[in-house]
Amino acid sequence: MSETKYQAGDAVKVRAAFPPGHVRTPHFIRGCDGVVTQYVGSHPNPEELAYGRDGMPKKPLYRVKFNQADVWPNYEGPAKDTMVIDIYEHWLEKNQ
Amino acid sequence: MSHDDHDHSHGHDHSHDEPHPYQPDIEDAPFTERMVMAQAVAELIVEKGIVSTDEMRAQIEFMDTREPALGAKLVARTWLDPEFKARVLTDVKAASAELGIDIGDIPIQAIENTEDVHNVVVCTLCSCYPRMLIGLPPDWYKSRAYRSRTIKEPRKVLEGFGTTIPDNVEVRVHDSTADLRYVVLPARPAGTDDWNEERLTDLVTRDSMIGVSLAKSPETA
Amino acid sequence: MTIRRHHDMGGLDAGAVEQTEHDYAIWEKRVDAIVKVLSTPERKILSTDELRRGIEELGPGVYDNLNYYERWISSATNLLLEKGVITVDELGAKMADVEARWQKDRDTGS
Repeated sequence: MSETKYQAGDAVKVRAAFPPGHVRTPHFIRGCDGVVTQYVGSHPNPEELAYGRDGMPKKPLYRVKFNQADVWPNYEGPAKDTMVIDIYEHWLEKNQ
Repeated sequence: MSHDDHDHSHGHDHSHDEPHPYQPDIEDAPFTERMVMAQAVAELIVEKGIVSTDEMRAQIEFMDTREPALGAKLVARTWLDPEFKARVLTDVKAASAELGIDIGDIPIQAIENTEDVHNVVVCTLCSCYPRMLIGLPPDWYKSRAYRSRTIKEPRKVLEGFGTTIPDNVEVRVHDSTADLRYVVLPARPAGTDDWNEERLTDLVTRDSMIGVSLAKSPETA
Repeated sequence: MTIRRHHDMGGLDAGAVEQTEHDYAIWEKRVDAIVKVLSTPERKILSTDELRRGIEELGPGVYDNLNYYERWISSATNLLLEKGVITVDELGAKMADVEARWQKDRDTGS
């Protein structure tokens, strides 16, 4: 198991990066602020696997929770509504 | 063909139905280039000795055994046995194995609906789905509309399925973007206190395990 | 410049969710099986991630014009060609053969 940089409760920001290749971080969540809820293991890097390589070293994967209203400024539902997205460590930055 | 998906409550398209599942792919509609391609690739990998016809057939038959009834059994058991539920919430693979269900190597995480939270699952990037526990996904789960809208206006999408979540309940959308799959544990319907596992299982629909619906109520079961 | 790829559709406007479904046809199950058996840990000829990458690279028009398992077989076949598991010539010959057989079955009503 690799060392993990974040733990449950940590405030994070998704990197606002827009590379052209295969990634598993959805476009809509890039640049958004969330909170780590869980570390869910380290997995071969899909950005490598997608091109036929072995994906090593593994990347820590986290479940990250976001408020709907923080992601969509015009969100119509209650303020308590959320989303949880699985995001690899290299797509996250610490948020103060 | 074993059309034993228990959840055909919505209008659906039978145009791809076939009476003889292991016969050549002759359907009413003309065959498409990709159907020909699929058959050609299947034959080539057998001729090259990469796989055997037995393995291909076994794999197809195995996926036919994956259906919502497996997940429904798991959910019903969680309603009856709190300790089992606790095990499901920490390790779906091990808990499923207790019921004789092998979910394979892709991790599935269970997410529980409560009085305060309603969960719904989408895969915005492709169509990830807990197929080993509830079978292959319905077409709408893979549709552009479901994949685009569920993450942004979940309550409207749920309304389309006839599901209204009160404003005092948090709607939580799970986007299965990576290495995990998600199955929703719907809440046990009221009025089922004296029901046994078999009857409870009938209340657990596929859609309730995706989170677009609640479990059936005793009145509609 | 922010690149948003065609398959990455979360949050975009879209119409009503048409609650369609169908029982999977045998050719769709066969495509599913091809991918699964080729990606077993013992074989590792394909990976899910490669399959997804290949689907994303079909491009916007093809992505939307093909149905789900048509996208899968397109991507899987491209990967098998790239990796040298099958050749273009073999594929072409086999497809012609399959098509001729199916056409004959249809013509004779069997």
